[in-house]
Amino acid sequence: MDKRIEFTLNGKKVFVVTDPLNRLLDVIREHFGLTAAKEGCSEGECGACSVLLNGHLVTSCIIPMGAVDGQNVETLEGVRETELGKIIVDAYADGGAVQCGFCIPGMVMATYYLLMNNHNPTEEECRVGISGNICRCTGYDLIIKSMMLAAERARRILWA
Amino acid sequence: MSDKKNNFEYEEFVESFNPRDDETPLCGVETAIHRGDAYQKATGAQKYVADLKFPDMIYARMIRAQVVRGKIKKITVPALPKGYYFITEKDIPEGGKNCLNMIASDWKCFAAGEVRFKGETIGLLCGPNREQLFELEKQIKIEYIEEEAATTIEEGLACKGGAFVNDNNIHCQLKLEMGDNVDEIFKTAPHVFEDTIETGYQEHLYLETNGMIVTKENNKYILYGSLQCPFYVRKSTYTLLNIPIEDVVVRQISTGGAFGGKEHFPDILAGPLLVAEHKIGKPIKLIFQREEDIEYSVKRHPSKIVFKTATDDEGNILAMDSIVYYNVGGYLASSYVVLQRGCFHIMGCYKFPSARTRGYGVATNCYPSCAFRGFGAPQAIFAIETHMSHLAKHFGIEPLQYKKKYLIKQGDTTITNGKVVEEVQCPKMIEQLTEASDYYRKAKEYGYGSYKGIGIAFYNHGGAFTGNGESAIIKGRVRLTKNANGTVDIFCGQTEMGQGINTALRKIAAVTLGIPMSKVNFNAPDTSIVPDSGPTAASRSTMVPGYLIEKAAIEMKERWNSEDSFSVERQYQHPEGYPWDQATFQGYAYLGYGWGCAIVEVEVDKRTSEVHIKGVWSSHDVGNCIDKRIVHGQVNGGIAQGIGWASTELIQNINGKFKEKSMSDYIVPTSMDIPEQKVFFANSPYEWGPYGAKGMGELVFNGVGAAYIDALSRAINRDISKIPVPSEYVCDHVLHGTNSCLIEEKK
Repeated sequence: MDKRIEFTLNGKKVFVVTDPLNRLLDVIREHFGLTAAKEGCSEGECGACSVLLNGHLVTSCIIPMGAVDGQNVETLEGVRETELGKIIVDAYADGGAVQCGFCIPGMVMATYYLLMNNHNPTEEECRVGISGNICRCTGYDLIIKSMMLAAERARRILWA
Repeated sequence: MSDKKNNFEYEEFVESFNPRDDETPLCGVETAIHRGDAYQKATGAQKYVADLKFPDMIYARMIRAQVVRGKIKKITVPALPKGYYFITEKDIPEGGKNCLNMIASDWKCFAAGEVRFKGETIGLLCGPNREQLFELEKQIKIEYIEEEAATTIEEGLACKGGAFVNDNNIHCQLKLEMGDNVDEIFKTAPHVFEDTIETGYQEHLYLETNGMIVTKENNKYILYGSLQCPFYVRKSTYTLLNIPIEDVVVRQISTGGAFGGKEHFPDILAGPLLVAEHKIGKPIKLIFQREEDIEYSVKRHPSKIVFKTATDDEGNILAMDSIVYYNVGGYLASSYVVLQRGCFHIMGCYKFPSARTRGYGVATNCYPSCAFRGFGAPQAIFAIETHMSHLAKHFGIEPLQYKKKYLIKQGDTTITNGKVVEEVQCPKMIEQLTEASDYYRKAKEYGYGSYKGIGIAFYNHGGAFTGNGESAIIKGRVRLTKNANGTVDIFCGQTEMGQGINTALRKIAAVTLGIPMSKVNFNAPDTSIVPDSGPTAASRSTMVPGYLIEKAAIEMKERWNSEDSFSVERQYQHPEGYPWDQATFQGYAYLGYGWGCAIVEVEVDKRTSEVHIKGVWSSHDVGNCIDKRIVHGQVNGGIAQGIGWASTELIQNINGKFKEKSMSDYIVPTSMDIPEQKVFFANSPYEWGPYGAKGMGELVFNGVGAAYIDALSRAINRDISKIPVPSEYVCDHVLHGTNSCLIEEKK
């Protein structure tokens, strides 16, 4: 049965009338037209659909809308407008992290989540930070380098 | 904790690259620059097929055969609500043919009567509500007469259930010989060893599943798809509707990974969609869910390769014979060419006095196998490398020392009785990598059975289409247009699927013309606009279309100041003096090989049998790097995929049904599985490539699996003859395995 669900999406109060069992991923992509989050596996394995729910990194393909009522959701469309988001996007472009690009929105979200919580990650911590995100193109090395670069720049620009 | 010194390196890593736009032409082709698609993709703004919507668009769901082999007895379709359709073979209009024209035209658009494998397309259920399609699907009843199926290479060869292709289940075959007659050598040789090497299925697992949208515009059928080869899709499907080929227009949409899995496979979506569009006339969207994409899509061919090798008492190889079996599945499609490439690469990077190979593409009741990065070469290279390691161990010779003796050189004869044209850089690679990895010390220290191991493999990949195929079959054409405002448009059919071809081709043009990158445009191809420059496959896009763009740009530069707007076209010509006979497979199979060497170091956990990769070193000859960092990214990705193929990527076809169907079942490498790779190059420029560049996209996959298995075999002192080897199989090898797989023929 459809229900009115209110939540905060990228800083704005929004609502949607939907079945509480519908997936957050479908609602943000189809109802709100925010298509940065991708559907890769539909079972929370690949991380391509990653968003932040109350500041925690989650895979939106396995979050039912009922769990989103009254909560705070941030997608890449919101994150890319933040100072840290811009630094990460630039570092990904500068460091050659991007190939086919399908996993990249999720990777950027995971990087954002890591750097919000750890301003000075080691290479190993970067690897752990994206270990829930599958990439089939890059072998991860240039993504890791780009994450380290983003951290270095953010420390200089944002957290000095 | 990371220290400042470390971080400084990252900043330096980046600042040595990424010149300003206007500096690009001065930097040359090698300097790494920003990829044209990086910002779009990193901000999530890039649209993929699933992100597209059209007014009045409806959705489709593919309905597939659920038996492995049989006859369709009856299809019962429920009364469909208004606006819903079930499209089948019966909807193909008069004069249309129920087939897809891949390389062979045997794969049917819709199963008709006969079912050759589980998942063969029966029909397309279309309608406005996707949830409703799932409900209706449950109500479609298909009755079958089931038949006994053959699903492995052995069952296919034994014609289990009766042959369904020819009278022997052999889809295709070929034979190659060089040197003296091997049978005669076997009669007198001191030793003859048999060794059987097998490889399993591999799923592409591109992050973006297959998807396509069909619409109609101005009486033409428009297909928007995630695909590699727009002209392949057009050629494959227009005969379904019996319309002129130009009435099918294919537009590539940003493709979220492909690796060969979107070379011919998009035809499977395009065919039924075209027939549906003919009947319904509205935009129709078909996006595969991950489970259906894994279970019902093409994979890398499983292989079984049997070597018979004659040696003297010291282990010197006198002759090598091999029989190559590939599990082709229900339809031939592209597999004859895959088998050919496998056989052409069966000697790997080696030369033996005499050699013979016979290849067989075996028909089975499995989902057909098709292109996957390497296109038949990786199975052959894994087999020869592993066989060489087995021989080395048998004769007590360190594997690198053993392999080194046989490395092929410029001017040496190949198995197709052509010559190697270029200087082979393997000796230089050995120097680079043994030093960087401390190979000699570790090989000696770890030995066999210390649970630590280091392994090495050599590999190559013939660039572009075999022999004179580029000029005789593909006839690729590209066009450059100078616009009055000083910008240049590239027109060709190459597709960006992550490999960086958009940036590479624009860079070749910009550097040659001496203009900034931003002045060179290259849009995703549309078959109604661009000339057919051939498929984005066979590691040919930089090597061949890139070369044509360089040549066109040279002419454009000469005319630049005297003409405002004009176009230059170029078509590929095969260089003189390198004959090839496609009927007999004799001559120069490839004018430019990419070459590679990989070293892998592992440590095996004695209690859990988990394999920890401690280091990966690789060196490649790619002719020239059109963009160092793009090439670096290709190396990283190819190596990770190659290690996955040999280790964790187990997908089992059990009685015609794939057991692993999701990303939690099918395990590809994560960021935790492989440490930072050390990447080297030893380039030998290719005369007919742009700035010396040759193919490299597949090369970087081809050999690392063998290096990994060499390392693992040494660590646990077990011969390993079959991949993949996930941890539970490692445990099995330790407990029950053998430390020699070679079977010596009794004289």
